[in-house]
Amino acid sequence: MGVVPAATATEHPSFKEFADEFGEKGFVVSQIDKLVNWARTGSLWPMTFGLACCAVEMIHAYMPRYDLDRMGVVPRASPRQSDVIIVAGTLTNKMAPAFRKVYDQMAEPRYVISMGSCANGGGYYHYSYSVVRGCDRIVPVDVYVPGCPPTVEALVYGIMVLQRKIRRTSTILRR
Amino acid sequence: MDEALQDLSKYVQSGLESEILSSTVSLGELAITVRAEHIGRVLTFLRDDQNCLFKVLIDIAGVDYPERPKRFEVVYNLLSIKHNHRIRVKISTDEATPVPSAVTVFNAANWFEREAWDMYGIMFAGHPDLRRILTDYGFEGHPLRKDFPLTGHVELRYDDEQKRVVYAPVRLTQDFRRFDFLSPWEGATYVLPGDEKASGKA
Repeated sequence: MGVVPAATATEHPSFKEFADEFGEKGFVVSQIDKLVNWARTGSLWPMTFGLACCAVEMIHAYMPRYDLDRMGVVPRASPRQSDVIIVAGTLTNKMAPAFRKVYDQMAEPRYVISMGSCANGGGYYHYSYSVVRGCDRIVPVDVYVPGCPPTVEALVYGIMVLQRKIRRTSTILRR
Repeated sequence: MDEALQDLSKYVQSGLESEILSSTVSLGELAITVRAEHIGRVLTFLRDDQNCLFKVLIDIAGVDYPERPKRFEVVYNLLSIKHNHRIRVKISTDEATPVPSAVTVFNAANWFEREAWDMYGIMFAGHPDLRRILTDYGFEGHPLRKDFPLTGHVELRYDDEQKRVVYAPVRLTQDFRRFDFLSPWEGATYVLPGDEKASGKA
């Protein structure tokens, strides 16, 4: 970057406009990855994906006491508008293809929170004939929240862990 | 309560003389066993007779008794709102013999019979749409039969090359857990973990 000679600034009317604006109002310097991460962590919209009793605990997290809305976590009913999918409950064999389809329809960057024992590894239904032994067999999982069901605090902490994980990345595209 | 049930039992027996096999009142509940081929007539009688009026079909259940020649039982639970009575109707069948469908008598029987077909493989003759209701599309076997393995035959995973969810033969990474509930201090018949060397050297 060269220094703009003062003479040019005075000569060119449009440039003078810019110079005046910057001079009066100032500007902020940032890094684009920081800005992107700030935006991503500040509006993590989860896909509503309650499958079983964990869904009740997830609903509690949205309710006034813990109020995920204040963290920018607003449940969406469409995968096209979601950034994260919270797998809340038992994932059955019959549901698995539908679950994968929903995940595939989400726009990048997308994240997965596996909530509860059933989603983590089959849990109580680990030996069942009709249950997927962990939703990580179907999609890549970012955060596992343990518990049966996890408390609301645990889920909120899981979301915060995911935010920390996103903040740590320095790339805009996911590898 | 039991008296009323005994009266009802007698009444039902007199009304269904040729269809009924046995009738018991136990634990405050009336259960009758009838011939499978007459189930339609029995249910119609119980529904329409003025002293019965069992108009609500609460559910239909299947039971598997592998040791019996007719291994399956089909259990119909009925409720009479008018007389505040409940009755249980049982019939027996096997894998090959279809049971007459109760859909013509009770509409509610439709999905219950589909469930019994799905879980036990009990066939219902005259059912309008007898297909699976609960298990996965393309599921093979009837999971509540006693000879069906707990973990089934297939498991699911996502195949990254085919870009879809695929089925594979079931492979358990963790063994079945055994719970014996015996206290290690009294009555345990196995070698305690950590005690394996103790008896040899002493």
